[in-house]
Amino acid sequence: AAGMFLRLLSDLQWRAANPRWRRMSSSRRSSSTTAEPHPVSLPAQAQVVICGGGIMGTSVAYHLSKMGWKDIVLLEQGRLAAGTTRFCAGIVSTARPVSIELKMAHYSNKLYQQLEQETGVQTGYMKTGSISLAQTQDRLISLKRIASSLNVMGIPCEIISPKKVLQLHPLINIHDLVGAMYVPEDALVSSANVSLALATAASRNGVQIHERTSVSHVTVQKGHVTGVETDRGRIQCQYFVNCAGQWAYELGHSGEEPVHIPLHACEHFYLLTHPLQEPLSSSLPTIVDPDGRIYIRNWQGGILSGGFEKNPKPLFTEGRNQLEIQNLQEDWDHFGPLLSALLRRMPGLEALQIMQLVNCPESFTPDMRCIMGESPTARGYFVLAGMNSAGISYGGGAGKYLAEWMVNGYPSENVWPLDLKRFGTLQSSRTFLRHRVMEVMPLMCDLKVPRWDFQTGRQLRTSPLYDRLDAQGARWMEKHGFERVKYFVPPGSDLLDLDHSKTFYKPDWFDIVGSEVKCCKEAVCVIDMSSFTKFEISSTGDQALESLQYLFSNDLDVPVGHVVHTGMLNEKGGYENDCSIARLSKRSFFMISPTDQQVHCWAWLKNRLPDDSNLTVEDVTWKYTALNLIGPRAVDVLSELSYAPMTAEHFPSLFCKEMSVGYANGIRVMSITHTGEPGFVLYIPIEYALHVYNEVMNMGQKYGIRNAGYYALRSLRIEKFFAFWGQDLDAFTTPMECGREFQVKLEKGTQFVGQEALLEQKQNGVYKRFTMFILEDHDTDLDLWPWWGEPIFRNGRYVGKTTSSAYSYTLERHVCLGFVHHFDEKTGEELVVTTDFINQGEYEIDIAGQRFQAKAKLYPFSSLFTQRRRKDEVELSGYQRE
Amino acid sequence: MSRTVSSWILSSARNSSVLRGKGRWYSICIPDRNELKWRLLVSKRCLYRAGSCSRSAFSSPRAFRHSSAEEEQLSFQLSASQINDILRAGELCHRAPPGSGRKGGSVLSFESNQLASNSPMEDRRSAATCLRTAGMLFGVFDGHAGAACAQARLPHYIAVSLMPRQSLQEIELAVEAMRPVRPILRRHGHPGDARDRRLSSRYFENLRVYWQHLLDLDAEPGLSLEEAMICAFKRLDSDISLEVQAPQDNELLRNIALQVAFSGATACVAHVDGVHLHVANTGDCRAVLGVREEDGTWSTLPLTRDHNAFDEFEIRRLKREHPRSEEKTLFVNDRLLGILMPSRAFGDVQLKWSKELQHSVLENGCDVEALNIYQYVPPNYHTPPYLTAEPEVTYHKLRSKDKFLVIASDGLWEMLSNERVVQLVAGHLTELSVQKPQLSFEKPVNLGYMHNLLLQRKSKGLASLDQNIATHLIRHAIGGNERGQVDQEKLAAMLALPDDLARMYRDDITVTVVYFNSESIEDYYRSN
Repeated sequence: AAGMFLRLLSDLQWRAANPRWRRMSSSRRSSSTTAEPHPVSLPAQAQVVICGGGIMGTSVAYHLSKMGWKDIVLLEQGRLAAGTTRFCAGIVSTARPVSIELKMAHYSNKLYQQLEQETGVQTGYMKTGSISLAQTQDRLISLKRIASSLNVMGIPCEIISPKKVLQLHPLINIHDLVGAMYVPEDALVSSANVSLALATAASRNGVQIHERTSVSHVTVQKGHVTGVETDRGRIQCQYFVNCAGQWAYELGHSGEEPVHIPLHACEHFYLLTHPLQEPLSSSLPTIVDPDGRIYIRNWQGGILSGGFEKNPKPLFTEGRNQLEIQNLQEDWDHFGPLLSALLRRMPGLEALQIMQLVNCPESFTPDMRCIMGESPTARGYFVLAGMNSAGISYGGGAGKYLAEWMVNGYPSENVWPLDLKRFGTLQSSRTFLRHRVMEVMPLMCDLKVPRWDFQTGRQLRTSPLYDRLDAQGARWMEKHGFERVKYFVPPGSDLLDLDHSKTFYKPDWFDIVGSEVKCCKEAVCVIDMSSFTKFEISSTGDQALESLQYLFSNDLDVPVGHVVHTGMLNEKGGYENDCSIARLSKRSFFMISPTDQQVHCWAWLKNRLPDDSNLTVEDVTWKYTALNLIGPRAVDVLSELSYAPMTAEHFPSLFCKEMSVGYANGIRVMSITHTGEPGFVLYIPIEYALHVYNEVMNMGQKYGIRNAGYYALRSLRIEKFFAFWGQDLDAFTTPMECGREFQVKLEKGTQFVGQEALLEQKQNGVYKRFTMFILEDHDTDLDLWPWWGEPIFRNGRYVGKTTSSAYSYTLERHVCLGFVHHFDEKTGEELVVTTDFINQGEYEIDIAGQRFQAKAKLYPFSSLFTQRRRKDEVELSGYQRE
Repeated sequence: MSRTVSSWILSSARNSSVLRGKGRWYSICIPDRNELKWRLLVSKRCLYRAGSCSRSAFSSPRAFRHSSAEEEQLSFQLSASQINDILRAGELCHRAPPGSGRKGGSVLSFESNQLASNSPMEDRRSAATCLRTAGMLFGVFDGHAGAACAQARLPHYIAVSLMPRQSLQEIELAVEAMRPVRPILRRHGHPGDARDRRLSSRYFENLRVYWQHLLDLDAEPGLSLEEAMICAFKRLDSDISLEVQAPQDNELLRNIALQVAFSGATACVAHVDGVHLHVANTGDCRAVLGVREEDGTWSTLPLTRDHNAFDEFEIRRLKREHPRSEEKTLFVNDRLLGILMPSRAFGDVQLKWSKELQHSVLENGCDVEALNIYQYVPPNYHTPPYLTAEPEVTYHKLRSKDKFLVIASDGLWEMLSNERVVQLVAGHLTELSVQKPQLSFEKPVNLGYMHNLLLQRKSKGLASLDQNIATHLIRHAIGGNERGQVDQEKLAAMLALPDDLARMYRDDITVTVVYFNSESIEDYYRSN
């Protein structure tokens, strides 16, 4: 009933504000007298067709039309803002742990604030602020971390005491609280009206909106979107935007060329009450009580309270895709625990009359981050969906970034964490999604500790050695569906169980990883690194070399057998990918890139390589098992197994050769380890994997070989100042900014993507600089550990954030990597960052509000390198990834 | 709980006649591999019987599960929510759209569920609305000797039999002109219900031959409902029998046809059109009506007879159809020719065809072993056919006191009596209606009151009450004790049984409960 009221109100307002629309809709309204003709027929063609009239679709339409694109059609199967958008709680909250999401929410808040003025549609915007409560010290730490990042973005935010909470919100029981975070500028809106306001503005800018029109599928020809089939006919278009919310998955699969959009809806419950005897003020802050799993906002003098229960109910969406308003049933028993939490938080509400329990579907994604971007298979097919119940908070910003993406080719911020291409077909199984979203939804309220691993949807992709390693005590994490070893628990020793191992402090595996690192330094370790994305590019003539020379910044015209570290840059010189490429022969190359590049890199190459049947690219990821032999004795193990001299004279660094190891022939051995330590990576055809592993382990015994995991690798690479793509490097970072000029050959004789931008940077200098920080006064045992995303302060002023960090067992210090900017003290304008600027500052790293002194370095400690390196790879053989 | 799982298993082992539900075919004529395992198990268990049957005696669940190949450690004690997940996986619920009652639809809703003990499940169910004629169809099919036969083709045969000439001509013309045919049935299915896509074209051809035959009959006004149902049953059975005799080059299709013909299925199908309820039954599925008398008590009205050796009428029918010399050999050990429990069924051509026909079909170079077909000519096989698929059709005119119809496979009826089933459904209805006022908002309810209510319900365990009545029945069927309560431990034990043991203790169970709309039935009597 409440929803209906809200709905009617918004209709009236919107139609009053939008006369053109009123004409269209009035004939439909009075359907009793006229025989419901569709008022306006669909256009035969348009530049852009947007499917979905919720907050996402209208926001994209709004921003596209603002950026000057006018030929846009928005289709809605039911009525505008009638799905999840209508039902959601309307809380605009900027307290987000992921930086890009925080930026989106911040922008949305600013947008909604002025929307009413801009469009004349009442949006119900009310700046109430929000208070996130902490019942435990760990929760308070996580709030402090968020507060630090909000503050450096200029968003007011403070950590307050329970007493202060009571002053801000008189109904709250504070007896079990240890503290709280107050964000005064968070707001409430009527979500449907925000969406209608965006639609109104878009419509005034020329966007055509058609309700009651459903898209059956999208047609794609030669890898490009060509049109949209609807129940009212076909529209030809160049761009299609799938904003279909919980139906995005099905819509993606409806075409001949499926677009995999991994999301799944769960039922989400919230409660509406009648007004209190003394109605609650509409400016009362919103309460988020993550330990109680609930949120509470004021609503028409009463409250609206919902939450994220531990046992979510995924929805069967099959066969329901024609419904605009979901007829989901209320389930009081399911809501019971949340009601308990509500009454525990606000015991004074016992007498408050219930109005309704609303059941509203919310879409969740496999990693709790939303999905945006272009399909890797169909160009012009864009997606914006999977908001993980924060659609209103993200709506404005997400629509803006997607519009920028479509108009400019890429958004103004790094959105890789949200990019559709971080997923592939492997995440789109229904069963996987159902299981995973049941883990993701409760995670909304769970403590987000460093190094969290999902527990569901595991053991999908594994190395052939999986069982072998598992039996030896391997503990696993997952990347792009692939199981990778974190570390090996030695026999006899026991770690904490999952729940107790969650900590912001020194983790329980500290000594285990320490001994693995020690073994890498002194003897030899083997790490299974099979998850890397591996492509083979070959041609009949010189096409492969020519194309790669154009797409990569380093010079690939090297002697056969050499391995080259190189960036795959975009036009602005930013890293789209960071890889090592081995020249196998004159005409074929073997390319290794990070695990989660499998879809992105493939799409990038496919879109840019010439359409030439003599040039082939093959994804051979599954064909090879990779064993990384790290340590000074790796050379001994390998030479004994192959009866070939492996010393630096015979097998220099950054070299690749096919050889036999044990009985197995055709093993690709490369003298790189991704850690700066001496050693080799063996790329083994999978049927030999077990044999080679056994041989290596047997032979290695006398050299003290042992298994190691990615945590050891991480510690080793970070102490040597190696950046890794996806964590430190992104599409907005150039080689010049991370000290990798040596991996760029500006004068290699051919043009390459990003060359001009790099030349310009070389001339003008860089505006940020990748820097290594050694924490000075940090007590590893007692202090909070850095993670990533911690603000960096130079002479007391904010200059940037860390991107990764690890404990260096050699330096016995924490090492953080991050970017330093130079903001003008008065204007805040970004200035060129010089070496002197870096070197002449006093630095501090802010970990959850506590600042630690740090020493900045632009070059790694040369004492850490034992390996003799090839001449052309100076100082930073900075190639690394995880 | 004083009784432990192990003691329960033991006691039921001693009482092993109950366990013969499945394997009707083979447990007598061929040494059953499961039976061998079973003996092993009993002797092992006896060690424990001597001592005290405490939980600790049963501390090693693996010892019990020794016959299962799985060495995964599966917790023997399933949690309540795991039990619910297993029990509720096959739930299906359909409510008639509001307002349909006024249009004469007397079906308020139906709820259905299945629990497999065989792997794969040998039961099938179907629920469908006839689109060309009025009425809904509800069917339960219980296959034996493999899942092959129990496919739910029957609803289409019945629907076609019921269709008026004009509609038949219409679809025939449409097919002729290769235009799309409007659907005949709307199925209310479960996403997990099996469908045989690859066979559909062939089945469709035979269905078409059937309606062509009906068109040729040239009978106006067509078949009566009773005739139509009998005709559909017999026709499907004869199609099953003919499909395997017809030449077929595609080996896969031929093998499937063979499996279908040589396995069997019983079927019980109800057709509801307004107050007219027809139930057609072949075999030992059962349909029982729940009637609420005016004094509020519940009574039971069975609408079918079980076609098996315990039914006088069936014995007499078979004696009539076969020479006196065979009188003694018709039923041996309460089985037809000592083999089959039901005395009517689809398929099972071993009891229908002449020996010569069986030989000629099977010796046509097919791999009998691989197809899991047991070629076995029973003793005293002189005057086939012994088995028929002809159903018995019962007509019942619904009264407003007829509240629901339970159709279920024998897996349920082996465990619960008719009276008990009606009692359980009725009790469940009352419980649900007791719950309702707590959840409705006619009166204003405040948060504190609601909170207390929910806490109470939680402590009473009401919240875990099955919403689906079929699930409720299955829970009682496999977990019920002598006192009529559900024994959680027994339930957990039953559900944790590995596949190869499960069928020793319980048969596949399929239950469909159809609720009638008393108001629309009353309306009917008022206006007529």
